Amino acid sequence: MLNSLDPTVLARIQFAFTVSFHILFPAFTIGLASWLVVVEWRWLKTGNRLYYEIYRMWVKIFAVAFGMGVVSGVVLSYQFGTNWSAFSDKVGNVLGPLLGFEVLTAFFLEASFLGIMLFGWNRVSPKMHFASTVIVATGTLISAFWILSANSWMHTPTGFRVGDEGLFYPTSWLEIIFNPSFPYRLAHMTIAAYLTTAFVVGGVGAYYLYHKRHQAHARIMLGMAMIMAVFVAPTQLIVGDLHGLNTLQHQPAKVAAMEGLWETRKGAPLVLFGWPDDDAEKTRFAVEIPKLSSLILTHELDGEVKGLKEWPKEDRPPVGIVFWSFRVMVGIGVLMILTGLAAVYLFFKKQLFTTRWFQLWCMALTPSGFVAVLAGWIVTEVGRQPFIVYNAMYTADAISPVAGVQVGLSLLAFVLVYFAVFGAGAYYIGRLILKGPDESDRDGEDNKAYGSHGVSAPPLVSDLVSETGDEHV
Amino acid sequence: MFDLSQYIDVALVWYVLIATAVFLYVLLDGFDLGVGILFPFAPSDKCRDRMMSSIAPFWDGNETWLILGGGGLFAAFPMAYAILMPAFYVPIIVMLLGLILRGVSFEFRFKARERSRKIWDYAFHFGSIIATFSQGMVLGAFVQGVQVSGRSYGGGMFDWLSGFSLMTGLALVFGYALLGATWLIMKTEDITQDWARRCAGYLFAYVAFFMGMVSLVSPIMNDHIRELWFSRPNIFLLQPLPMLSVLFFFLLWRDIRHKNDNRPFFLSQGIFLTNYIGLGISTWPWLVPFEITFRRAAAAPESQSLMLAGTVFLLPIVLAYTGYCYYVFRGKSSHDSTY
Ligand code: HDD
Ligand code: HEM
Ligand code: HEM
Repeated sequence: MLNSLDPTVLARIQFAFTVSFHILFPAFTIGLASWLVVVEWRWLKTGNRLYYEIYRMWVKIFAVAFGMGVVSGVVLSYQFGTNWSAFSDKVGNVLGPLLGFEVLTAFFLEASFLGIMLFGWNRVSPKMHFASTVIVATGTLISAFWILSANSWMHTPTGFRVGDEGLFYPTSWLEIIFNPSFPYRLAHMTIAAYLTTAFVVGGVGAYYLYHKRHQAHARIMLGMAMIMAVFVAPTQLIVGDLHGLNTLQHQPAKVAAMEGLWETRKGAPLVLFGWPDDDAEKTRFAVEIPKLSSLILTHELDGEVKGLKEWPKEDRPPVGIVFWSFRVMVGIGVLMILTGLAAVYLFFKKQLFTTRWFQLWCMALTPSGFVAVLAGWIVTEVGRQPFIVYNAMYTADAISPVAGVQVGLSLLAFVLVYFAVFGAGAYYIGRLILKGPDESDRDGEDNKAYGSHGVSAPPLVSDLVSETGDEHV
Repeated sequence: MFDLSQYIDVALVWYVLIATAVFLYVLLDGFDLGVGILFPFAPSDKCRDRMMSSIAPFWDGNETWLILGGGGLFAAFPMAYAILMPAFYVPIIVMLLGLILRGVSFEFRFKARERSRKIWDYAFHFGSIIATFSQGMVLGAFVQGVQVSGRSYGGGMFDWLSGFSLMTGLALVFGYALLGATWLIMKTEDITQDWARRCAGYLFAYVAFFMGMVSLVSPIMNDHIRELWFSRPNIFLLQPLPMLSVLFFFLLWRDIRHKNDNRPFFLSQGIFLTNYIGLGISTWPWLVPFEITFRRAAAAPESQSLMLAGTVFLLPIVLAYTGYCYYVFRGKSSHDSTY
């Protein structure tokens, strides 16, 4: 029976599953690494131990998330070959160098200096330690640069030609790397990672405040998170809007699916909610605002917006999932902006850190960034279907010559292992959050000479495990 | 477009570079996988803490060479990547699952309570063994050859499975364990070191046995390899390689007995090196043995050239800071590397 399974469908499910798990970790570690840079810088600058203790707490969480990001990422880089070998063979000339550069410029950097960031406290000077944090944070951003460039090229391919046997050849590296959708995607995703982190950190701060624990630390966490919500969340709306305009230009079918528009028309309405029906080719129960779609997309009340019927049925993406995911993402974006506004209001009333309902609200929004990131990627990737390289290669032609059983069983294995392993990871992160920053030993080891540098030791050393095999933390 | 192929043999350079990346992977991740293989046999929990601290700062960087091996193959020889990955589908997926288990154990173990720490100890151990064994099987299947049709893999789901690949799988488990044991001799002291030295003694014998077996079976099994090693004048030209290997074995045996701390690690690396070169000679010039040469699998010269220009510049930097990180964590490891 297993042999009758379609390997293409299974490979798509498998890739969607593994990459969706993977992106949860980068979305968090990219933001967290940058934030740790700021926190450590504040500590070195002000000498305020609060920052140091916050760093110490979050760097442990960072390590767990980063470890999970690494192992789930290694899987992806091999999956291109195991499941999508026809794709690898055909576009290798174009995408290969981008992924190769990602390894050389980003992965080695992150992986090597992570060791110093975690274990180097009593082996390098505080300056060098800070430098390691900066390098790791930079590495995550460089990594995002290359992988998003590769991904954007699959959406808006330029700078290539198709030669013998359907192989892709590069004609201009600059056009390939800086393809039309890349700047928007890079900006949108980086901001998404920052927002995701901000709402996790803010949510944890709010939780401590609500339970009246670690209040001094919690104020810093919540305060810094709200600064992001106030300034960065609205920026995301603007960047997202520009991103959408770019998509309209290059992938109009995707935009039509996001909007749930079937007919090409002037003065198209904005469908707020509804039920897109692929068979009937219309959106049922639509709640519409007249002409707003045209206004947003063409900046004219009577601008023409293409509907899905412009494309033959087999070249249209699945509409419902794109339509709904888009609304989830934008909905969360709006909630984030509202959170920022509420924070400003409470700040001027001097109640930012004492308002109970606001603390509950922030706690509720802790996972919102992850949901928005996943929803956003689903819009982007499902909206590209049925192409794997937009207008140049079909997903169905990308698959490896492997049997459905292999793909099916490996999918099953991934599902089991991922839920067990990453479930455990989430549990340990949860425990670290419950435990909170370590305030003991405030002035314990400060004076101890520090390696060969003669600087006083960062008190972290006090947390070391003793010979008797105390609990590692 | 930018193209270096008029000046140098870019495809050959890439063949050498990828081979080097894979070898560095074997050396570097080899010892930390090896530590995982030996893990539960250590005399006490304290020893295990030490063992873990001796590799915790490095494992991620080490594993990155595997990504470079895979990613580099994709970039420089996409056709070979597209044939080999489906050919070794099952062992590669199993290897990835093993790497996941052991990779997360580093972090989780430090965070776990007494009871669940055991779970991660075993996840670390079995993950390391599974990953190593799969790599060894891939290696064996690679030497045996891969079926190709057109531009893609033409064989079945279980072509990689054979007595030979099972043997190479086992051989690699002992090989990495030897690397791990000699690493521990270098990086630890007291009872952990004594125990590691005893392990190295046993492992030494197993590795010698398996290497003899593989050297014996490969030429019998494969005409191409027999032809290559035993025809004149090759038989004379290639002599130094096995002899060097025997010399390394002898020195290693002496060092283990005379309690040298640092040299055993480098000698066991030397043994890996001679074997690896031997393997390269056996499969030259095939990238998909014995169907597709590295030249035919090469990416477009423009792509290889761009990557090469970048690599010439970046690889020395990577090596430099990798060296720096090993330098920062030099000396005997205690358990002070927790954070
Ligand atoms: C926007 C960012 C982003 C996106 C879209 C992806 N990744 Fe990723 N990846 C990262 C950002 C990142 C990151 C921030 O650099 C890592 C390092 C640790 C982590 O949590 O994420 C990471 C780790 C990571 C690793 C391990 C690197 C190491 O050893 O340090 C590999 C091999 C990949 N990824 C491969 C992929 C592939 C093949 C992807 C696409 C299908 C992909 N990643 C999507
Ligand atoms: C990291 C965030 C990402 C997420 C959450 C994501 C999500 C998805 C999803 C849901 C699919 C399945 C679409 C479908 O089959 O209907 C998919 C397919 C795919 N994506 Fe992504 N994607 C991400 C990034 C990337 C990147 C960076 C690349 C390449 C560089 C990439 C390459 C692919 C490929 C090769 C497929 C399989 C073929 C296909 O179904 O189109 N993805 N992704
Ligand atoms: C607030 C209003 C927002 C708008 C108007 C918006 C707009 C868009 C659009 C149009 C796309 C699809 C681009 C394409 O594939 O062509 C997209 C993708 C995406 N969105 Fe949003 N977005 C918003 C908020 C957010 C938020 C709050 C997050 C996460 C915290 C987020 C994360 C993502 C991600 C990860 C993608 C996929 C990657 C990409 O294509 O850039 N978005 N967004």
